[in-house]
Amino acid sequence: MRNVHGWLLLTPAAILLVGFTHYPAVATLLDSFFSTGTVVRPTRFVGLANYAALGDDPIFWQVLRNNVAFALGTIPTSIAIALLMAIWVNDRLPARALVRMSYFTPTILPMVAVANLWLFFYTPQIGLLDKFTALFGASSHNWLGDPATVMGCLALMTVWKEAGFFMIFYLAALQSLSPELEEAAKVEGASRWYYFRRVTFPLLMPTTLFVLVNATINSFKLVDHLFILTKGGPDNASNLLLYYIYQVAFSFFDTAYASALTVVLLAMLAGLAIVQFQLVEKRVHYR
Amino acid sequence: MSEIVLDRVTKRFGKVTAVDSVSFRAQAGKFVVLLGPSGCGKSTLLRLIAGLEDVSDGRILIDGADVSRLSPEKRRVSMVFQSYALFPHLTTEENIVFGLKVRRVPEEERKRRLAQVAAQVGLAELLDRKPQQLSGGQRQRVALARAIIAENRICLMDEPLSNLDAQLRHGMRVEIRGLQQRLGMTVVYVTHDQVEAMSMADRVVLIRDGRIEQEGSPEELYARPATTFAARFIGTPAMNLVALSDSPSGAVVRGSADALFAGRGEGFVLGVRPEHVRLADAGGVAATVTSSEYHGADTIVTAKAGEETLLVRAPGQLSLATGEPVRLAWDAASQHLFDAATGVRVADDRQPGRLAAAAD
Repeated sequence: MRNVHGWLLLTPAAILLVGFTHYPAVATLLDSFFSTGTVVRPTRFVGLANYAALGDDPIFWQVLRNNVAFALGTIPTSIAIALLMAIWVNDRLPARALVRMSYFTPTILPMVAVANLWLFFYTPQIGLLDKFTALFGASSHNWLGDPATVMGCLALMTVWKEAGFFMIFYLAALQSLSPELEEAAKVEGASRWYYFRRVTFPLLMPTTLFVLVNATINSFKLVDHLFILTKGGPDNASNLLLYYIYQVAFSFFDTAYASALTVVLLAMLAGLAIVQFQLVEKRVHYR
Repeated sequence: MSEIVLDRVTKRFGKVTAVDSVSFRAQAGKFVVLLGPSGCGKSTLLRLIAGLEDVSDGRILIDGADVSRLSPEKRRVSMVFQSYALFPHLTTEENIVFGLKVRRVPEEERKRRLAQVAAQVGLAELLDRKPQQLSGGQRQRVALARAIIAENRICLMDEPLSNLDAQLRHGMRVEIRGLQQRLGMTVVYVTHDQVEAMSMADRVVLIRDGRIEQEGSPEELYARPATTFAARFIGTPAMNLVALSDSPSGAVVRGSADALFAGRGEGFVLGVRPEHVRLADAGGVAATVTSSEYHGADTIVTAKAGEETLLVRAPGQLSLATGEPVRLAWDAASQHLFDAATGVRVADDRQPGRLAAAAD
């Protein structure tokens, strides 16, 4: 009874956390060990059968490959561009605030709006991209309808959207570095590139780790654009894991299988985060 | 040789003139202190010499060569920053040899010089520590080591001791001065602390509002301040500066009746250092004690003579009650006259006290 006030204060947050985070997570894990119930065949325990089905599902392997390709295509590029932009707008340049703002603008747009915007770029014949390539005599191309180009198109758009967001973190980190460090290096004769390689970049490692973890999670989490642009098509060429889970759960109504897919996704993300922290940690903690 | 000459150097930031036509010469192997209150342009001056800022006008010469347009590394100078500017992710060793690595000095040579420098500044035990694991004094030593390992003939220091506590500061003053003399470096040292300037410098350049107020040896600045500003800036407590006025018997401290010397007093300011004022039994100027502050070796007595307040630095412990009448006396040779309007020192041959002292 002594701690009743403490518990009362915790209750609102606890209800929200349990109701919307912990209970669904545990329920999902449990559901993945049961079959999907129907009116005629009630739910029953099937052990790891849902996970076994994963291995035999060619679409699962394809969306997994797609997702890895998507992550590899977007994460390093957006981080590199974010860093470049941050260094550029950290310098003394005219209209710096305007440049910073314009780099950040894509971040504040909802992904659905961005997807609609880029739809106009990629549309065959009347799209901006086709209009541009037509100047050089190229014929019309269905960028989003071609399995060979659709992932590239999605990756490009995601980099455009994400880089500005990551730039803000790099910019904040850059501004916390003492300008005297750069001057000290200058007096010693270090070139800008040498200073960047030996001082700036190592000092930005904590930010890089943070951005890397966020970018990785985003590359698995952010699928809004698929609803607008491709719906995972053509022939699952642009399908990503989370969108596939959505399809399985709410289009095919196989909730048990969707639960198993979700558990796999969560386990993968957790594993990735642990590896990233441990790998980068050695090079991060300079204090 | 490593002589630095500044020739009418001016630096403007927009409409603000931070450094206004400054010329001086730092002779090879000398310790030159740029002294002045904060915001007077002394740090800017140092950054101009280092090449971290571009001059707006004038020239900077090192060993006779115009370096005004050269980038910092081509000027072959070392610099110690106020915040030390150590790279937080590098160990002491890596911090010290940073510049050698930039210039691709071979590993063996690096090792040899590192060992030598680390021993010189007493860091040999701490080479694998990161700056966060070092105390303020140790970081200061790393910054010094990084500056001297380059073996440049010129070292620029920007208030290097201002982040240390008083005790450490005294030790580092002695050490930096010793190091400079051993290595024969030309040091330009920026500080706002007149004690540092007096105790370390071969030559002091006193700066005020971007201009040189006075330049000379510490002894000259102490003995013959060129202006009331210089008089007030050098010495603790600062020199007493009191307005004079006329009386039938000669110049008096304003509001007092005791004549100091024959002639006019109006329009002049009299300067006399607290350590040169004596509490006398007879003669001198009548005053009343307003407070006395015991400092251990001496007592600082504040006394009011006429309308003016003077400090007296008397040896030992004195028990003077507030309101007690005293008489203040000083040798004519230790009084300084300044023009009240301009603050400029009156030429010695026109100073009655100085003449009398010279005649003795």
